[in-house]
Amino acid sequence: MFKNRDILSIHDFSKKELLHILATAKKFEKRDKIDLLKGKILATLFFEPSTRTRLSFTSAMEQLGGQVLGFATPGVTSVKKGETLWDTIKMTEQYVDVIVMRNPIEGAPRLASEAANVPVINAGDGANQHPTQTMLDLYTIQKTKGTLDGLNIGMLGDLKYGRTVHSLTTALSHFKTNFFFIAPNALQIPDEYLEELDKKGLKYTKTAKLLDVSKKLDVLYVTRIQQERFPDPLEYNKYKGVYKLDKSLLEHIKPDLKIMHPLPRVDEISPELDETSHAVYFEQAGNGIPVRKALLALVLGKVE
Amino acid sequence: MKKELKISAIKNGTVIDHIPAKNAFKAAEILNLKGNNNVVSVATNLKSKNHGKKCIIKIGQKVLTEDEVNKIAIIAPEATVNIIEEYDVKQKINVNLPGSIDNVIKCLNPQCITNKERVNTKFSVIEKKPLKVKCNYCERCFSKDIELV
Repeated sequence: MFKNRDILSIHDFSKKELLHILATAKKFEKRDKIDLLKGKILATLFFEPSTRTRLSFTSAMEQLGGQVLGFATPGVTSVKKGETLWDTIKMTEQYVDVIVMRNPIEGAPRLASEAANVPVINAGDGANQHPTQTMLDLYTIQKTKGTLDGLNIGMLGDLKYGRTVHSLTTALSHFKTNFFFIAPNALQIPDEYLEELDKKGLKYTKTAKLLDVSKKLDVLYVTRIQQERFPDPLEYNKYKGVYKLDKSLLEHIKPDLKIMHPLPRVDEISPELDETSHAVYFEQAGNGIPVRKALLALVLGKVE
Repeated sequence: MKKELKISAIKNGTVIDHIPAKNAFKAAEILNLKGNNNVVSVATNLKSKNHGKKCIIKIGQKVLTEDEVNKIAIIAPEATVNIIEEYDVKQKINVNLPGSIDNVIKCLNPQCITNKERVNTKFSVIEKKPLKVKCNYCERCFSKDIELV
């Protein structure tokens, strides 16, 4: 089902397939180094900086006995000399068994997958998709809440430009989620996502005030207001720091609320919350490992 | 009383009717009328029972390709295409939007790979009426201001 498959967009996966990936990830929870992908080579082509995603793919591949080569900035490649993406991929696939790519140009990973005969995994393409992040977000929710079905999930922050929120909304729409979109009006979730929810008959609430809905939430997914996505710096200044979560929030939430964040955070979650049972954002980053191990093993045909 | 023809009949060729008048020149562009050496008649701003003002284009000696029919469907979803032989309608084609449209529509997202490298665009038709399409690469949806490649 997954051998040689590209992982490009959350839209390409059915509920059944997502659940299969999560179930496979669970089998890869153990940290032991094994030889499942011995002799296999992963190329990490990062045309845009990333710490978490690149390190976690590298760690995942190495834990499975595979090797990694690649670059972390395009400055050192022939792309700087004007090489097309198509040619870069045609060359790379001669050397490796699987490609992980981050590229600020939207749709670049899909074009790469058309050029490549080896599987391509999208590690983020601009404002478009970052499917492995969404899968590890689902995995984190399932692991910390025991289920994905019927939860009250709040999304907070930049819901307009935040691709993690968009993809997670699409993914959770398979699971009878009740959504709470918490953002200033100008940064609210685009209508096309709400239309998607309407079509599926799912409930959602839009508000600018977290405390209006915080008591209902099972999960609060916080996002950074991303300066790099704003066309106008003045617009960014207006909204940065609009939500700052600290211990005062604790009186207004369920005792088993889990707070997630795709990281990096700026000031939207105070470090004083880190030690509470609500904070799961570092564990969430750690969950990138079993999920990415599962994906690498699946697309390389080493597990079913 | 016999209805008067606004433009004369053609012996052999194609007649495209029910093009919205506002898209007359887009249709001319799609059909590459500029480079056509045969007899071409364009009548626009004609009264139409169902569609306000319409345009009719008659092109001598030409049979539309599938690609051209698909392109016409995007700007004139209600158009009818008649293939004429010896002044008779030999075949009537109702234009039909295909599920996917290759290399016809331009992606309006400047950050899309199709605007950065030489790549043929690919769009999926999400809704036919009103037309809503989704870029297969950057996954953005467009419904208004659709531009052709």
